[in-house]
Amino acid sequence: MTETRLPEIPLAQAQLIQGNEACVKGALAAGCRFYGGYPITPSSEIAEHMVRLLPNIGGVFVQMEDEIASLASVVGASLGGMKSMTATSGPGFSLMQEHIGFAAMTEVPCVIVNVMRGGPSTGLPTSPSQGDVMQARWGTHGDHPIIVLAPSSVGEVFHVTVKAFNLAERFRTPVIVLYDEIIGHTRESVVLPATVDVIDREQPHDDPDDFWPMVAPPDGTPPLPAFGDGYRFHVTGLAHDERGFPTNDAQVAEALVARLHRKIEAHLDEIVEVDTYMLDDADIAIFAYGIVGRSAREAVERARDAGIKVGLIRPVTLWPFPAREVAAVASRVDTILVAEMNLGQLIGEVERAVAGNAEVLGYLKADGEPITPTTLLEEILHAEKVRQ
Amino acid sequence: MTDVKSYLREWAMPHVLCPGCAHGIVLRSFLTAVDQLQLDQDKIAMVAGIGCSSRLAGYVDFCTLHGTHGRAPAFATGLKLARPDLNVVVVTGDGDALAIGGNHLIHAARRNIDITVLLLNNSIYGMTGGQAAPTTPEGAIASTTPAGNTEPNFDACKLLIGAGASFVARVLAANPMDMTKVMADGLNHPGFSFIEVISDCPEYFGRYNKVGGGAEMLTWMSVRDEGVSGPLSDKRFVNHIPSSAPPPGLATGVLHNELRPVFSGVRKVGRS
Ligand code: SF4
Repeated sequence: MTETRLPEIPLAQAQLIQGNEACVKGALAAGCRFYGGYPITPSSEIAEHMVRLLPNIGGVFVQMEDEIASLASVVGASLGGMKSMTATSGPGFSLMQEHIGFAAMTEVPCVIVNVMRGGPSTGLPTSPSQGDVMQARWGTHGDHPIIVLAPSSVGEVFHVTVKAFNLAERFRTPVIVLYDEIIGHTRESVVLPATVDVIDREQPHDDPDDFWPMVAPPDGTPPLPAFGDGYRFHVTGLAHDERGFPTNDAQVAEALVARLHRKIEAHLDEIVEVDTYMLDDADIAIFAYGIVGRSAREAVERARDAGIKVGLIRPVTLWPFPAREVAAVASRVDTILVAEMNLGQLIGEVERAVAGNAEVLGYLKADGEPITPTTLLEEILHAEKVRQ
Repeated sequence: MTDVKSYLREWAMPHVLCPGCAHGIVLRSFLTAVDQLQLDQDKIAMVAGIGCSSRLAGYVDFCTLHGTHGRAPAFATGLKLARPDLNVVVVTGDGDALAIGGNHLIHAARRNIDITVLLLNNSIYGMTGGQAAPTTPEGAIASTTPAGNTEPNFDACKLLIGAGASFVARVLAANPMDMTKVMADGLNHPGFSFIEVISDCPEYFGRYNKVGGGAEMLTWMSVRDEGVSGPLSDKRFVNHIPSSAPPPGLATGVLHNELRPVFSGVRKVGRS
């Protein structure tokens, strides 16, 4: 891990910036040097900031012909050795699914930001939503692991974007940053750190003539040299052997998919991040993420003022789902109240993790309006009544 | 001259192509061009899509990316922008590049990014079993046009000239020497170079349309090219098989060659 400090990005001083801007600053601080994207509300500001900053620091910006091409260009650039990203929103995210799967299968590090808006289809382009949580997990075909991070404030967008790049490099995987229109467009005063810790993908030490690109060390993630740096190797989305060459061998294919999962699942401690608040003596826990996590925090404080013992569990990592952490909370509280801006996506995962050890209630809505602290306070009062 | 085998991953053989398929001849011509130009083997990246022609990327000892169906020009765009030091070559087929990947191809041409695209046109989808492609001549039999294709076909070179490709050529798999020369010119061209290779698919196109195996198709192709070239993508093809009086066909050779600014990413606008 190396510390980087970029003079082009003002850090360590208070600045009033949008979530989409914080994303750009985090990406550049983490070492991102390539952006390929296609315009879509409410993520376009990311491209508009990238195009102004990247060329000054030796980076490359390209506006591609669609979102499919955007992520393809990102994968191509990443194989060329540049840390790369794209950003989009719902409909564009749907188009990117093909290459999220490709990047997962070929283990090409990349970051995809999805600033969620109301769906389905064109939906509510300027309204917030959390409707893409399952798409982020399962949108591409086939069994694949994925890392999805959900910041809940402008400042956290910065940190999560840095983390997304670090995890992408560390585990050679696509990482998705998922936030919504409110976080993307809200301006907040933030003080960003003067330096950040940065991880770069592992490089091989083999003789180029003996290099097999898909031989993984025990921790599961093979090194990845850049195209053009002396290692000649094949990259394919077909099931492949340790030499990187296509195969129909069932055992080889199974071993590959198993390793893709293992390299993530064996390192949950590095990946899973969960924020908790006032849970120690809580009877009720609110489970909320992203922008709803902030409303929930406020609602918790107000409910505490009213004498209700309620706390918050706010996953920053949505996938892999923090089942252990949720189960631990379930063993201590009577009720878990899941609030999300969709008609029920993570609540099913919560129920599975809770496994009957607490009552699970849901406050679910998908009308393009935010979930307010006042609404959640009412839900907490209701949950308290049900509990007694 | 180096043995072209030194550019092959012999350990990856045998290859997946059918006996008689001309794609191997095309690959040999390309490798000969690479050898003639003495390109640095470490600095060549071949980017492919999905299909029989795209599988060629697996057998060459360069940095090779076997991408997704139709998207090779988009992968190649990102790679070339990140690594201007690489010779980036796309190998693709007619279904890959002109149907599902049409959008990526025309935009790469419009940008004039410095990559070379080899489109191996066999007038059909080979790998998936002989379905009609946007290049299948009218009247031709494919598994999805059992009574003859009723759609007009693309002229890929005209399309690419229209899209802004700065080097456009058409060559025939039956003429390996011409292929090598034009491929070398394309590799040398600064900007987007597009080379349509009229290849064949004896396994499906040949069999369904009763025009013989690989040897017959190549012979037919070269006969048509004498004076009045008429490669397989000529829509009149089917009506004239096995006529010995070939109709005037599609033009071959370098059809367009200009120098215009090469795209290397968005320019600086100063500090924001
Ligand atoms: S299916 Fe056709 S194009 Fe594909 S390898 Fe066989 S002959 Fe060649």
